[in-house]
Order: sequence, then C-alpha cells, then structure tokens
Amino acid sequence: MDSFKWIISDTIVMTKRGLLRYVRLPELLVFSTIQPVMFMLLFAYVFGGAIDTPGLNYIDYLVPGILAQTIIFGSTVTGVGLAQDLSKGMTDRFHSLPMARSALLAGRTISDMIRNFWTLMLMLVVGLLIGFRFQDGFFHAAEAILLILLLGLAFSWISASIGLAVKDPETVQVAGFIWLFPLVFASSVFVPVETMPDFLKAFAQNSPVTLTVDAVRALSLGGDLKVDIWPVLAWLGGIIAIFSTISVRLYMRRT
Amino acid sequence: MGRIHIGSESGPKTAITVKNANKSYGTVLALRDVDLDVEAGTIMALLGPNGAGKTTLVRVLTTLTRPDSGELTVGGYDVTRNPAAVRTVIGLAGQSAAIDETLTGRENLVMVGRLYHLDKATAKSRAAKLLDQFELTDAGGRVAKTYSGGMRRRLDLAASLVGEPDILFLDEPTTGLDPRSRLDLWETIQGLVNSGVTVLLTTQYLEEADYLADRIAVIDDGQIIAEGTPDELKSMVGGDVLELRVSDRSQTDAAVTALSGIGSGDIQGDQETGRITVPVSDGTAFVAQVIRELDRKDIQISDFNLRRPSLDEVFLTLTGKSTPDNESNDENPKKSRFSRKRNS
Repeated sequence: MDSFKWIISDTIVMTKRGLLRYVRLPELLVFSTIQPVMFMLLFAYVFGGAIDTPGLNYIDYLVPGILAQTIIFGSTVTGVGLAQDLSKGMTDRFHSLPMARSALLAGRTISDMIRNFWTLMLMLVVGLLIGFRFQDGFFHAAEAILLILLLGLAFSWISASIGLAVKDPETVQVAGFIWLFPLVFASSVFVPVETMPDFLKAFAQNSPVTLTVDAVRALSLGGDLKVDIWPVLAWLGGIIAIFSTISVRLYMRRT
Repeated sequence: MGRIHIGSESGPKTAITVKNANKSYGTVLALRDVDLDVEAGTIMALLGPNGAGKTTLVRVLTTLTRPDSGELTVGGYDVTRNPAAVRTVIGLAGQSAAIDETLTGRENLVMVGRLYHLDKATAKSRAAKLLDQFELTDAGGRVAKTYSGGMRRRLDLAASLVGEPDILFLDEPTTGLDPRSRLDLWETIQGLVNSGVTVLLTTQYLEEADYLADRIAVIDDGQIIAEGTPDELKSMVGGDVLELRVSDRSQTDAAVTALSGIGSGDIQGDQETGRITVPVSDGTAFVAQVIRELDRKDIQISDFNLRRPSLDEVFLTLTGKSTPDNESNDENPKKSRFSRKRNS
C-alpha cells in the first residue's frame, strides 16, 4: 500500500514538472494556444466560404474537427519531451532515484492531457465567439470533450513510442509530425470525405480520425447526425493498449 | 531485506564491492572480470580513456544497467537482487548535467527531493541548503537554461546530494569545465568526503585522479589493469615530465646529448619539432640543472614546462600501448617521443 502511495506521489511530481514546461517554454505555449486559434480563424474565414458542408454551417462543422486536429498535432510534444530526457541524461538521473519508474511516462502523458484540456477550453471560447454552439445538451457536450481528450491520449502514446524508439529529439520532431499530415487532412476534419476520390475516401472513412471527429460532431450538434461510438472506442482503446505497451517495453529496455 | 555490514564494527567498512563483474553489449565486452573494493569514506578514481568501461561500471553500480554476471554490492545491497535499496543510498551525477532546463535551480532540487520521498518542507529546506552550499542561492530562482556550464555542473552535483547519499557516483564530473570551475568542483568533492561520503568518480585526467583520489583504478578495455594509491601508481609510471623546445631544431640532438644523465629515464628528442622530454622523479630539483647545461652549450630554448605524465604515458607504461584513441597514430614519431623503457 505504501508503494502505491509513492507511485501516486511520484506521478504528481512528474506531472507538475511536465506542466511547468508549458508555462516556461514560450514556443510550447504558442504551439498549444496561439497557433490553434489562428488555425481556427483561418479556416473559418479564409477557406470556410469555399467549403460546402450540406445541412450545416461551416463554423459548426469546423470546430469539432479543428479541436481534433489541434490535439493530434500537439501530441508530438510527448515524444519530443521523452527523447530530450533520454538524450540529456535526465532519464538516468530519474532511474537512479528511489522513485516509481512508471511515474516518468505517466507524468508526461497526464501533463499532456491537462495541457490538451486547457487548449480545448481556450479554443471553445474562441469557437463560441465566432458562432459555434453545442446543440445537444450538456452531457453530450461533455462526452464530446472527453472523446477528444481520449484521442489526444491515444496519439500521445504513439508519440511516446516514437520518442523512445528514435531517441534523437530533432528526428523525433520530424518523424512524429510528418505522418500526421495525411492522416489529419485526409479525414473529415476540415471537409466532408464524400468529395474525395474513391481510394482516398475508403481510407478516410475508416480512419480513426474521421470516426472520432464524426462522433464528436454528432455529440456536439445532435439533429440528424448519428453517434457511432463503438468503432471510435475500439480504435482509440486499441491504440492506447498497443502503444502504451510498446512504450513501456522500449522504456524498460533502455534501463 | 536488511543491510549487510561488511568488516568488523571498528575496522574499515567497504562501501562498494565488485567481484568478477562482466557486462557485454552485443559482441563488445564492456566489463571483463572486474574486481574492485571501495572503502567507506574514501574517494576512488576510475581512470581510463573513452570507451574503457568506466561509464559502464558506474551504470551497473547505480542500477541503470544489469551486469551479465558478478557479485556487486553498493552500501551492502546487491545491485541485481535489491536495486531499489541501492537507489536509496546513492547519488549520481552523470556525464551530461542532468538538470531540467525549464525549471529553476530551486525547482530542480525540490523535484529530486520529492522523488527521494522527502516531505515538502524537508525537500525545500534541503534545496535551500544545497543552493547555498553551491553558491547558487542568487540564481536559484532563475530557470536553469540561463546557467553557465559551471553552474549547471554545480546544480547537477547538488541534485545528486539531495538524498544525502552515503555513496556518490560522479561520471567525469569536470569534463567541459574551465580550469577555475574545475578547481572549485574539486574542493567541493573533497569537502563531501570530509563529511563522510564515499565517492567513486571517473576521469580521463591523471591530474584529477591524483588530486582527488585516495586510490586510483586504471581501467582499459573493460579490465582493471592497475589499482593503488596515486603515489604507487606514479612510482609505477615514473614521476613528472620536463618538456622543452629548442629554438633551433638542428640543435635537438646536441641538447639531448647535453642533458644525458639528468632525470630518471630515457630522454626523447623530436627533430621535427625540436621538442625534448625528460622524465624526472622530482621535477623541481632538475629545472636549474637543465637550464644550466643548455646554457653552457649555448642552446636557446623557446618553451619550457614541467607536467605530470599524461594518461597516454600512464597507459603506455602499464599496457605497452597507447590509449585506444591514439592507437591509429602509433607509427607517428610525435607520439613515440613519449615512449619509455617499461623496466626503467
């Protein structure tokens, strides 16, 4: 029981450390606040008028998608942070301390989730200012936000695996980011997938990003939209199970 | 699991014991049958070139890596059977300063204290005490990113002391430091041992090992090839080296002849550079004599210094080969000027 208490305590210490990074590193703060807001305004007012979203106005269509996009891109920070710890000898220091080893990974992913929550709230405020409204009640809105946080957790674990496997922070930055572009843009994040050519449509319709964004959209807007939650939970649960296992393995192998 | 006391209550206690330790990475044998004992309250220096196995031994002893075989205990705890207990009695300062640059100096120390499972108040008071001890109090509120190299090292060392360890591991603690910061750090390390801490440090510099250590273990190619007090080691290697350069390189041979009989070993002259080395057991006694002899023959010198044997020279004496870093240059006459008869 005592050791369980210390696991919690160590995880809290490491979570605080992770959160302080966001306060102290201006580039991370910009990455997780100003840039997403700019993206939202850009799509709402520059591209939005040219995108046809049958039955929905574009702001309502956009906001659930851009929340997902922001959280997915932001997940790359998890891997970069872990790789930095490895390359700077931080991990060695932590491993020589009588702390719970799991706290390093847990603290990093939890602090990234908290950061995601803050970013989501900020973006929702901007979304409300430009006309977005949750239209299906408080509980569905809360479910929508939880689903996005779960999406963030899933991609954080993928990012953690990349960070622990690749090790070099600069390479992790690129390796963790580049494959996200096709995944995020070839999805229903910004545009309805129906307009895409057939081969891309087949990919986009089944990607976890599209499935999650469609579910979040349905929870946010209600009306005729159908919430198809189980495939989303299967995808995200599967990603978390697989990549947290890989991360822990990689992390232990390095000790 | 209780702590195993080694030695009698009155006699010296062994803080670190290593018996028959082996560790390989793939086909590379990083440690080969290493035996080493470190007495409590003393400084042991592991001296060796890059890739000799110094860091591997530190990693194995600090539970970062598992040995393939061998009996290793730290503070009486077995490193493979009871690593968690080992971690409660050790402090580690690795090769790169392991500090979080986005936290302030104080936050770094408090964080480490909390991870040693100190309560908040104790972690804070220890952080304040260590900042003071390492002259970082003024910088304590600044993020570590703004620290100089010397300050980072001091903070790193402070972090390794937060848990008030019995046994401290320092992996090349002064690498990359300017001479002033290095001297400061040496004094700090000495102070720690005076307060009862056992230190195992690794270094590439004989000078550093000589200054700090009670005993020195020379490690090469994963093996301990010599172990003893600095004096014992130096007497194995010979004393200091007088190094001078003649202004006119054509006089190199004349100078070597003029100096023959002085010093404690073979005098080497290098025609190409005009550099002459004279091994001496007690350098200062020979300085005047060397100058006088050269003056008598009217040989001008442009450079003159007295130094400790380099790691390269220690290695040459102990192993008959150059340090691994220099091996490819073995044919180079500039290196061979260091050569000295092994039985001299």
